Amino acid sequence: MGLLNLFAKPRPGLQRLPSGSLTVDREGHIVTSTVSSSYPEELLHEVADEVLRLFDEARKSHLQLNEFRIHFASLHITAREARGGAIIFLSPASPL
Amino acid sequence: MESRHKILILDDDPVFLELYKEWLSQLPSKPEIQTSTNGARAMALLEAEPFRVLICDLKMPKMDGLQVLSIVRRRFPELRTVVMTGVQDEEFRSRAYALGVDLFWLKPDTQQNMQMFLECLESLLGRDAENGFRGIQSKSLMDILQMECLSQSSTVFRITRGSLVGKIWILNGDLIDAETEGARGEAAFRRILEWKSGTFETLPAEPERERSITKSINALLLETAQAMDEISSNNDGESAETANHRKTVWRLAAMTREGAEWVVTLPNEENGTPEGWGTQSEKEFAAWMRYANEAVQRLGEKLEAGPWSFIRATNLERKMVLLPSKNKTCLVAWPSTAESSGIYEQSKKLVTSWDS
Repeated sequence: MGLLNLFAKPRPGLQRLPSGSLTVDREGHIVTSTVSSSYPEELLHEVADEVLRLFDEARKSHLQLNEFRIHFASLHITAREARGGAIIFLSPASPL
Repeated sequence: MESRHKILILDDDPVFLELYKEWLSQLPSKPEIQTSTNGARAMALLEAEPFRVLICDLKMPKMDGLQVLSIVRRRFPELRTVVMTGVQDEEFRSRAYALGVDLFWLKPDTQQNMQMFLECLESLLGRDAENGFRGIQSKSLMDILQMECLSQSSTVFRITRGSLVGKIWILNGDLIDAETEGARGEAAFRRILEWKSGTFETLPAEPERERSITKSINALLLETAQAMDEISSNNDGESAETANHRKTVWRLAAMTREGAEWVVTLPNEENGTPEGWGTQSEKEFAAWMRYANEAVQRLGEKLEAGPWSFIRATNLERKMVLLPSKNKTCLVAWPSTAESSGIYEQSKKLVTSWDS
């Protein structure tokens, strides 16, 4: 079926899951990162912001978290509070 | 007239859409086929009318297939989903299955592959119609047990309700044993029969199982039915305040038995009122639960990481598990000495037992 060679068409890329760790200061700036540089930086900033906000909201609710781990179907995010900032570990998880 | 199933095909290339349409028109069930070249239009079509199957490409501009699938899973849980892609990468296959797709298929390059795909798709379209267990849904567990005993069967029933699991042993039509969550014998049997819904499977008979029930199944079923009727009529007569009090006492007892420190539940509706057991700070904690629920959902969609199943959190005093469910979100607190690896399962079990 020569017609089906059409499947080899050029296509936009798919986003991979982030893997590695990053350190974020209390202002939300990424200080160090081992996540591949091909991973979109704005998404890493989204992760950093949400993590800091989750710690902050927990403080406001008098929960004072020092660590949390979010279990998504295909990714685990572990965050440890560090002097107002955080160390974040991103580990893709395979269900298979 | 029997209605035709509808299939929606999503691919950014109109040439493929035409090809798919032609191929899918060969399906014996002659489904109605609609197409879309982008995720936004596909969503609009899914909102507008019920589809049976969505066939989705992965690589697409703007909204890619994984993004579409993560939204579809949340908004149309009944829809069957198929990924048809040219991407040969185990990571994307895993992520697609994590999003609950029914079938992941590499774009066929031979007639034989295409034929196999069509067969799988036809089976997916007709799965409900061929479901031989549908009739069972109208039978209660009592009916099923009676039927098994009347036919002098030997079997083991494994009944599951959420994270609660119970087993009932039948030997040559006699009920010989039952077991669930720390109870055995008649007490376990009664407890299992009080579950209003769940799933069950039959396992091979265990003739060596030690007998702990000597009463006949009919006597036990009658006693259980009477007890349930009495509870039901008592519930009808008692005031809402008494019923709530009884529920609170029962839940506190369950919490203490499991070793949890406190539990807060928050209904998913926008202005739902939180309830707390073992804590007076439910409103404060609920503010974080509400925020975490939304933030994590947002993050999962942006990262295309699929739905979240739970958050495990710790502070200096305790360990906590935040669990989402269909109607509510629960935060369960455990002592700091609790084993981290077990508290998710324990929390799920506790919350399920509250609702049973």
